[in-house]
Amino acid sequence: MNPLRTSRAVVAAAATVVLSVTSTGLANAATGALRDHRDGDKITIGIKFDQPGIGLKTPDGTYTGFDVDVATYVAKQLGHKPSDIEWKEAKSADRETLLQRGDVDFIAASYSINDKRLEKVDFAGPYLLAHQDVLIRADDDSIKKPSDLNDKKLCSVTGSTSAQNVKDKIAPNAQLQEYGGYSECLTGLENGVIDAVTTDDSILAGYASQPEFKGKFKLGGFKMSNENYGIGVQKGSDLKGEINTALQKMVADGSWDAAVKKNFGPAGYQNEPAPKIGVVVK
Amino acid sequence: MFDFLQGYDLLGAFWVTVQLTVYSAIGSLVWGTLLAAMRVSPVPLMRGFGTAYVNIVRNIPLTVIIVFTSLGLFQTLGVSLGAERFTTINFRLAVLGLTAYTSAFVCEALRSGINTVPLGQVEAARAIGLNFPQVLRLIVLPQAFRSVVGPLANVLIALTKNTTVAAAIGVAEAALLMREMIENEAQLLLISVIFAVGFLCLTLPTGLFLGWVAKKAAVKR
Amino acid sequence: MKDKPTVLYDVPGPRAHRRNLAWSLLFVLVLAAVVWWVVTSLADKNQLEWSKWAPFFTDARVWETYILPALKNTVIAAALAMVIALPLGAFLGILRLSDHRSVRAVAGTVVEFFRAIPVLILMLFANAAYSEFTDISPDTRPLYAVVTGLVLYNASVLAEVVRAGILALPAGQTDAAKAIGMRKGQTMVHVLLPQAVTAMLPALVSQLVVIVKDTALGGAMLGFSELLASVRPMSANYGANTIACFTVVAVIFIVLNFALTTFASRLERRLRRGKKSTGAVVGAEAVEELATPGEHPDTR
Repeated sequence: MNPLRTSRAVVAAAATVVLSVTSTGLANAATGALRDHRDGDKITIGIKFDQPGIGLKTPDGTYTGFDVDVATYVAKQLGHKPSDIEWKEAKSADRETLLQRGDVDFIAASYSINDKRLEKVDFAGPYLLAHQDVLIRADDDSIKKPSDLNDKKLCSVTGSTSAQNVKDKIAPNAQLQEYGGYSECLTGLENGVIDAVTTDDSILAGYASQPEFKGKFKLGGFKMSNENYGIGVQKGSDLKGEINTALQKMVADGSWDAAVKKNFGPAGYQNEPAPKIGVVVK
Repeated sequence: MFDFLQGYDLLGAFWVTVQLTVYSAIGSLVWGTLLAAMRVSPVPLMRGFGTAYVNIVRNIPLTVIIVFTSLGLFQTLGVSLGAERFTTINFRLAVLGLTAYTSAFVCEALRSGINTVPLGQVEAARAIGLNFPQVLRLIVLPQAFRSVVGPLANVLIALTKNTTVAAAIGVAEAALLMREMIENEAQLLLISVIFAVGFLCLTLPTGLFLGWVAKKAAVKR
Repeated sequence: MKDKPTVLYDVPGPRAHRRNLAWSLLFVLVLAAVVWWVVTSLADKNQLEWSKWAPFFTDARVWETYILPALKNTVIAAALAMVIALPLGAFLGILRLSDHRSVRAVAGTVVEFFRAIPVLILMLFANAAYSEFTDISPDTRPLYAVVTGLVLYNASVLAEVVRAGILALPAGQTDAAKAIGMRKGQTMVHVLLPQAVTAMLPALVSQLVVIVKDTALGGAMLGFSELLASVRPMSANYGANTIACFTVVAVIFIVLNFALTTFASRLERRLRRGKKSTGAVVGAEAVEELATPGEHPDTR
């Protein structure tokens, strides 16, 4: 083999890879920088991609869930057709940054309103009052009240405050396993190694509503905290008022109830009535 | 300047890293030697198993193996390795995963060491009537081990660094603590330097010491 | 090399044949018992239900929506890391061969430092640093962080590979270059590097396997949407079929990396046999050794 020819081929191949990769990267960066808040009819909304019942990317590339339904309704009231919505994944840790940078117009991603977040972003809503709860096996009768969680095996996602909350205040002897996602917790719950998965009841209801889990799991109904889901917007954005109006209309015309039934219904989720705009339940 | 360290068990986290390293090193030395023995054994089936094991394990990300010990072995197959608490179970599972992964590299290092043992040694051993296990145990492996101290030291250092992957199943070792501290504290650079220095303290002396041992132990030919 | 181990034992006679057969049988029994236990326990826990595995076989959308885009991210991260780390590594490697002691010392320190630190620590640092000091979008930040961590680590490993590749060339090459009046720089650029690159190819390909494996860290710990992370949205759609998802992902990793490993060893064999080249090779095996701190004199 001619070493010179080989090395030239390698350099050429390497250069091609660099060029193709950087050019796509630059293209992406360019569109990001040029994004206007309300350019034409397009609107970018941040949601969760991996939470059934809340925000989920389905195999055919569409999105389902309560947050998605609310966001679609709100977008429609703001004058955007569903086909004009660009969905963007808003991971929990990234939500404030996405809003501050203007990467998204608003965020509906099981985003509970609290003081720390209010320092950085504004919230429209709330549009749902959720509570921290546990998901247990349907045939498990040993967990009837929060204190029954003592000596039980809990599971939640890494860095979640809800799990630590239970361990610190409600069931100090409980054991806590943390995974990257709730799916891993559910595998353990299904197999009997985990006794209870803990997080917001809406998220749990979303999982339990999946056809694969019909009749397998139930919610504890413990209401261990109040989570007021709001729609996050940039600090000082006038979108807040418009979204609030849209949310009020959604409740008034019955779309809100329909969305709750559709996304959480199969799990026997007892939802709270639609919250009043601007009233955050502590 | 170091006030923010209050409330974090830095030494404890690195101690877990050391424990993970030591237990996994012992485990992979044993299992890796067995695998190497299988790969050179007269039984074709064992040779096949050894080869397949090494080829599969070396090509999976360690992260996948570690997550699988927790999700597959523990959550699904119910293997809790004789422990009750999650923290102990996760630690033992991590040791198991690290051992399963590292032993493939130990096996390959040993096998190359076996290849450096001169033919005459083995022929002489067979000539005086030693059988395969005896040839391996008395003649080949002792020489092979001496010539692979260097490569094994590299495997050990790689293992020390790889223990950070145990953070993926929540074992409270150095990387997990680092992630927690980065999230809660502002001194990013200082935190990073502390952890970098911590690992330097673990890996560099090991490398230097075992490098020296390797020179001493090498069979002069 | 292939026939050598057989010298460890005599050609089996009738008794040895029977004994080997007995061992084989015993081994098969143990193996079968383990497999049986795994399969029955999985079935017992409903993990073998067809509904958990069917999506991968009957629904092309699973591949189009989750797996292939994720695999693309894995490949992009690995390719970027390799392409950036290689010139950086070559530069560091050449500096380590410098005639000036101070240059050697600086390059040596950099290389030793980054080889001694876990790549996960480097990734965690890069991720936090980008989020704090730069304005990179949260979408691409994990990719940047993963690539940065991989580049820092692999550049220092590749520096050693390059150094080993240059040292592996016969001394006659340098002598000949000197004899025709080439300067040090010319010798490096026109004579040594081109041949060293060829000699290094097997080591480079097998380092690519290490890089591909390490991208999974970004998925597990930084939220980078690579192959391992695709398990999350997938399992959320199909009733938490995590076991099935992880198995499929693991198989893809094995196939991809096995192909690379096989390619590397073919390349190595071809280079060793090669008549036109010097026959100098930095083998795939050498990479493991070069990836750790400390002196490695015997890389030839």
